[in-house]
Amino acid sequence: MPHNRFHTIVTTVENKPGVLARVAGLFSRRGFNIESLAVAPTDDESFSRITFTVDVESAPLEQVVKQLDKLINVVNIRELDPQSSVDRELMLVTVEVEEGHRSTVLELVDEFRAYVLNENQREMMLSLAARPARLDEFEELLRPYGIVELQRTGRVALPSLEEKS
Amino acid sequence: MFSAQRIPNPNLDNTVRPSPDPEQSMTTDTPAPGDTINGGVALVRALEREGVDVVFGLPGGATLPIYDPILDSSMRHILVRHEQGAGHMAQGYAHATGRPGVALVTSGPGATNIVTPLCDAHIDSVPMVCITGQVPYAAIGTDAFQECDTTGITMAVTKHNFLVTEAADIPRIVHEAFHIATTGRPGPVLIDIPKDIVDANNPRSAMQWYEARDSDMELPGYRPAGTGDPDAVRAATELIRDAVRPVLYVGGGILKARAAEVLLEFAELTGIPVVTTLMARGAFPDSHELCLGMPGMHGNYTAVSALQESDLLVSLGARFDDRVTGRLDGFAPDAKIVHVDIDEAEIGKVRKVDVGVRGDAKLVIEALIECTKEMGVESQAERGAWRSTLSGWQERFPMFYEQSQPGDLLKPQYVIEQLRDSNPADTIVASGVGQHQMYASQYWKFDHPYTWINSGGLGTMGFSIPAAIGAKVGMPDRRVWAIDGDGCFQMTAQELVTASVSKIPIKVALLNNGYLGMVRQWQDLFYDERFSGVELGPDVPNYVKWSEAMGCAAIRVDSPEEVAPAIAEANEINDRPVVVEFRTDPRENVFPMVPSGRTNSDVVVHPAQRGE
Ligand SMILES: Cc1ncc(C[n+]2csc(CCOP(=O)(O)OP(=O)(O)O)c2C)c(N)n1
Ligand SMILES: [Mg+2]
Repeated sequence: MPHNRFHTIVTTVENKPGVLARVAGLFSRRGFNIESLAVAPTDDESFSRITFTVDVESAPLEQVVKQLDKLINVVNIRELDPQSSVDRELMLVTVEVEEGHRSTVLELVDEFRAYVLNENQREMMLSLAARPARLDEFEELLRPYGIVELQRTGRVALPSLEEKS
Repeated sequence: MFSAQRIPNPNLDNTVRPSPDPEQSMTTDTPAPGDTINGGVALVRALEREGVDVVFGLPGGATLPIYDPILDSSMRHILVRHEQGAGHMAQGYAHATGRPGVALVTSGPGATNIVTPLCDAHIDSVPMVCITGQVPYAAIGTDAFQECDTTGITMAVTKHNFLVTEAADIPRIVHEAFHIATTGRPGPVLIDIPKDIVDANNPRSAMQWYEARDSDMELPGYRPAGTGDPDAVRAATELIRDAVRPVLYVGGGILKARAAEVLLEFAELTGIPVVTTLMARGAFPDSHELCLGMPGMHGNYTAVSALQESDLLVSLGARFDDRVTGRLDGFAPDAKIVHVDIDEAEIGKVRKVDVGVRGDAKLVIEALIECTKEMGVESQAERGAWRSTLSGWQERFPMFYEQSQPGDLLKPQYVIEQLRDSNPADTIVASGVGQHQMYASQYWKFDHPYTWINSGGLGTMGFSIPAAIGAKVGMPDRRVWAIDGDGCFQMTAQELVTASVSKIPIKVALLNNGYLGMVRQWQDLFYDERFSGVELGPDVPNYVKWSEAMGCAAIRVDSPEEVAPAIAEANEINDRPVVVEFRTDPRENVFPMVPSGRTNSDVVVHPAQRGE
């Protein structure tokens, strides 16, 4: 499966200009592509959380992670194991609903627990927050009706909670 | 357990050369905390507080307001002729003194001209602080005159860089920059300063002076390593104790950690032989009987083979560079690896380790010594067979070259030997990049740390003259020789003007073989002697006239008998720089050699040593 090459890295960085470029630069210099990226301040505004997914073999990734850790502005870095973390992504999608497709699209909205954000006679804008794989499915099912525009945020993730005794 | 003759170490040199007391070297108008001053004065004052006694630089529009307060400063400003020179001088100063070198250049082309030295310092872990002027803050991003994205361009070639946006941040950021440059794995730090915040005529430059302290630093993500993990140290000590064919593989990190003395103690305690990489020449005395010399592509047979045949490599501040390992999948196949490095990202980067110890090399070696003593020195494995293997190799394959026949051009190795024998052991040698660099490293005898300065990681042609100038400025009482090639000389020779005018009497041994010799060598050996783009010709430029035009004394040497007298003459001249041009044989190649793509087992010795 190509999917076990995907790794989710979570870093806490100083919320300062240029930090994202420094982080991204360590990937681009090796020709690694960042598949997905989400950045926003943490609860403490002087820090940001960067969550990114890369499609890289483990060995070179370990090296990049160590080099990321050396960046002066990177405070903390870890790789999240898919088995012990929870990830979510948000998608906004505008889909065509002409020719009586409205009701079938609404059935999908129900099934996926998506929301209708906006609509007119010919198009409907939907939002769905879910696991990234679930977004893929939703996207595939909507495709036959005609996707007008689509935007995903990139995944965010946190470690799963452990059982407390 | 090992009775080695100790090399006397006159005033050399395991401490960083002390910087002048900042309180002594204050500008006449020392601001008091809380005084309102401008950012330009604050910058100069902040540099003085870091102990900076010399700045290498060249001004321009964006740094005019910084150059004005420099006039009133105790810091010496050395006006270079090209900003690349300023960068390499700062590096040479840092290599020789252990203190960070400082360069000051203007925006745009000033900044781009210093990118090469920054990259050089980055890959060789040289502490330096580079200050670049920038267009006024409001003009950034408008393609203003002499604007370039300096922090963007230098992001990948500095340990860290700063764009200062407020005058009030200057003292803190200067302090942070010196802290980052000199702690952990050292490296270059750049501070980009927009003109408006240092310009006395601009209200944005007004700030209230404060003396930045460690507690003012805002570096939550910066945690340089200190001592090594005791469990790892113990595990390393056990591997070392039990190894029968161990080698201490010593890299430039030993010098950065000022750890030469404890290294000597550790080697003598355990009786383990030492190789010193190109970056570490002098970290362990060449004349010590445990010293095997330099490994790598042009290392000597014994050092190369010792690494290759060892059962344990103890890497101390080295990084398994491809010039040392040769073809990686065949490198030291039987060796376990202990890897000591201050940089976590180096441990296991190239070669899988058995024990990694992250920490300052000096502290880790001290811990290894203690742990070895606790275990009892007598428990060290028996290594007599290994020692006799090594001395057998040394006897069979010493460094070798053929002496020139009467009427032939000089042998470059002979020139280096003569230089070595006519200069004191604490002479500082700064080399360029090419064959002459390899001959210098191979044939000089390095018995003291901080006497060998070269561009190892980046291999920057033109490094030697400015680096020698920087070293001489930092160590004015020491003799400093640049060993240069004709190709290198033509890249940075103009800094000899700087040296003449600023009274920095360095000496240059120019090995003129009329070729980009190292490239010629590869074409000779691997491209069927098809020489393409490597011929410089020995006669143009006329190096003697050129050197004299730059204010230097100049001597040309053609034959072996003239070599020693010319060196003696050069050593008598101390009121200006001297260039001695040696006409050397272009056909000479550097041996031994591990051809690229081959393993260290395929080391090729001099043709006359081959066969049986
Ligand atoms: C700036 C730069 N350009 C190109 C090279 C590639 N290079 C490595 S050694 C060398 C030849 C150096 O010639 P010279 O200074 O005459 O030294 P020699 O090898 O002849 O002793 C060249 C071109 C380099 N290392 N640095
Ligand atoms: Mg040459």
